[in-house]
Amino acid sequence: MLERTAVDDGPYLSLRGITKQFPGCLANDRVDLTVARHEIHALLGENGAGKSTLVKIIYGVMRPDAGEIVWRGGRVAMQSPAQARRLGIGMVFQHFSLFESLTVAENVALGMNDRKARANLRERIAEISQKYGLPMSPDQTVHDLSVGERQRIEIVRCLLQNPRLLIMDEPTSVLTPQEVEKLFGTLRRLASEGCSILYISHKLEEIRALCDVATIMRLGRVVAHCVPSEKSAKELAELMINAELDPPSRRRRMRAEGAKARLAVDNLSLKSPHPFGADLKAVGFAVSPGEILGVAGIAGNGQTELMDALTGEIPTDAPETIMLEGVAVGRSGPRQRRSLGACFVPEERDGHGAVGAMSLSENAFLTAGARRSLTWFGFVNQARSVDFAREIIRRFDVRSTGPKAQARALSGGNLQKFLVGREVMQSPGALIVDQPTWGVDAGAAAAIHRALADLAEKGAAVVIISQDLDEIFLVCDRIAVITGGRLLPPIPVEEATIEQIGLVMGGAAAKDLGGAAAKQQG
Amino acid sequence: MRFEPRGQVSILWTYASPVLAIGLTILGAGVIFWALGQAPGPAVYTFLVAPLVQAGGLSALAVKAAPLIMMGAGLAVCYRASVWNIGAEGQFTLGAIFAGGFALAFPDLPGPLLYPGTLLAGVIGGAAAAAIVAFLKSELNVNEILSSLMLTYVAQYLLIYLVTGPWRDPKGLGFPQTAMFSDGATTPIVVEGTGVHLGCVAAIIAAIAMWALLSKSVLGFQLRVVGEAPRAAQFAGFNERRLIWVALLASGGLAGLAGMFEVTGPIGQLTTDISPGYGFTAIIVAFLGRLHPIGAIFGGLLLALTYLGGDAAQIDLGLPNAVASIFQGVLLFFLLACDILILFRVRFGRPQGKPVGAAP
Repeated sequence: MLERTAVDDGPYLSLRGITKQFPGCLANDRVDLTVARHEIHALLGENGAGKSTLVKIIYGVMRPDAGEIVWRGGRVAMQSPAQARRLGIGMVFQHFSLFESLTVAENVALGMNDRKARANLRERIAEISQKYGLPMSPDQTVHDLSVGERQRIEIVRCLLQNPRLLIMDEPTSVLTPQEVEKLFGTLRRLASEGCSILYISHKLEEIRALCDVATIMRLGRVVAHCVPSEKSAKELAELMINAELDPPSRRRRMRAEGAKARLAVDNLSLKSPHPFGADLKAVGFAVSPGEILGVAGIAGNGQTELMDALTGEIPTDAPETIMLEGVAVGRSGPRQRRSLGACFVPEERDGHGAVGAMSLSENAFLTAGARRSLTWFGFVNQARSVDFAREIIRRFDVRSTGPKAQARALSGGNLQKFLVGREVMQSPGALIVDQPTWGVDAGAAAAIHRALADLAEKGAAVVIISQDLDEIFLVCDRIAVITGGRLLPPIPVEEATIEQIGLVMGGAAAKDLGGAAAKQQG
Repeated sequence: MRFEPRGQVSILWTYASPVLAIGLTILGAGVIFWALGQAPGPAVYTFLVAPLVQAGGLSALAVKAAPLIMMGAGLAVCYRASVWNIGAEGQFTLGAIFAGGFALAFPDLPGPLLYPGTLLAGVIGGAAAAAIVAFLKSELNVNEILSSLMLTYVAQYLLIYLVTGPWRDPKGLGFPQTAMFSDGATTPIVVEGTGVHLGCVAAIIAAIAMWALLSKSVLGFQLRVVGEAPRAAQFAGFNERRLIWVALLASGGLAGLAGMFEVTGPIGQLTTDISPGYGFTAIIVAFLGRLHPIGAIFGGLLLALTYLGGDAAQIDLGLPNAVASIFQGVLLFFLLACDILILFRVRFGRPQGKPVGAAP
């Protein structure tokens, strides 16, 4: 499907001197980039290094202030994603845009601008999915599919347009290890046929395994090129952040045998308030002082519901289902739970963990008002709130213009550091964190992990709900898999392997599907 | 044509927008006067400037502005919590009924009891009307826009029934009005020789109190969070039902107080016609003041001027009083239009190819 043209054998894409200025931030500073044919090219960098901006310029979402895009030997002015697609550039975004209630084929058809291209669509989907090892059945409804399967739809949608360059933005952050392997197989196959692949990721080990070349960006500039397989992950990370990185060591296990659990959940069942959510079914676990429990699972298997039940946003049926420091709190609200020593960091930052339109000091007050005594006879003690916000900013290295900065003005990773800091600095007895480092760069992730470990060392019970198995294996003492709203019994991390946990996460998901495609995938 | 969000909102324009809207409204008013066969310049002068420069103009302005500021400040608090109480007119009316009822029932109470009692009755009346809305919203999830608006008509018909029926002044020659309130129940004048009464002072105090509530207190913080990001309020454990009650009781209580001052002050009795739509105009006041209680003072003064201008237009230009309402409507129109242009930029032509699967 990717015919070799005799016109040129040079690279499909090269960028020269791409510069893009945003108010107060030079996102791309004279960036040069060449992606050869057959090449899987990694684009590496911290949050805010300018990767997304560069990719948006290539895909026609934004226009550069200066510099040129050369495509197959000729200069082009990329006006729109539609034009990029016509030229043969496809992109798979980190967040999918699929309609849950439509079928696979209907979703693919919706993405096609060209009426003619919709002819024989089902046959062509089947053909491509078979050729590239992307099993799917065109008639399945999207809401029955796992995240990995949804991603396949996006990939097939791109492949239908015969791309010569495929851009993938953080494609593996939602996949199980087995799904990642399958994806890599597909990408290698594509590259061998002459397609160029531009691969954006934070996951250094994956880049070492998959990519031929890496371009590393920092503060809008290209700072290094290298062959990732010749570098260690540590070396790559140091190139990215331009600093020595403390190798994150597996922490010393602090579990005190026989100590009374600070947080215990027993037989917790909950009907999901979301239309496609997962109901919790008899979930139970206990976390001792000094222990970190990891809850692993693919998104949408009950994590949101579990978090809502733990924070108290949704009360449970009986008070005894959730015991905090020996007190039955199942029907208490978030404030009572906080006063008993529980703190929380939800998955969504803007709008749930923080109010985007408010300042950092107001957001510090949001949950810490009582525990940090930031009130004064019913009034907000603004001076103390500002001090507290400043303390968080300093200790967690939050890049911002200060306590008066609007939360919305911070990058995702920085806001996350602020929110983790806000909760950690309330010295909780139990801390529950949902996706602590989602979309956070390596340096910030290490800082967050260290803060969680320190907290546990001081005797707190910590629960980490995460899709990132590397993170769970790095930080946690015990690991429990959540799948279909059930929590499997926790096992010590030493006794588990990433492969085994990945299988439980993915296998159970496949079982729930019951579709033919799912069985194929096995 | 479509609207694209601008992302970053300019602070300067947030405050410049009402000024621009006022400018455009004056231009618009000129066009309307011209269409009505008046010379635009002198007509605008008669409408907006003459009422201020003539004798007693400022005191008349203060008297008209008092209920608008008081209600506008209350509504600003309410709207910041995303509780859309548009029934201030009804709460004003019920406050007037309660206050008037108390004053008529106990005309001879000793002074220290009578006036504070009347005042309290007004607050309770307005808060009671708002409490119905709060109950329906927090317990039964009834839309407050509908319930508060409909209760306005209930309050108005109740007033008409009372003053034409049981409470009608037997010595009033059959006019639909009650007896005049006793001296002890009448709102005192604070500046001798003018009409400036206690309610004008109270309005300023109310605006400052609402500002302190909203900007300084924990309760106000909770109201702002629930209005801005309801899920964050839930996460922080704020009691949303309680906040709905607070927002409605505060705005309703102030509207009732404004009604009490109006009937015990400038009017002196209950009649069928106690408000030229103050409660609805207060909605414009709140928005013109950027939903900021102090801003309501400026909004209230401007909108009060349109009432005076309406009277002047009637007397000096022979135009109908509706000119004031038109002016208010045009002002709200331009204000909302300016806000849209501050939050969004206008793009012409078809959207560029951004179908399903394109970048966010």
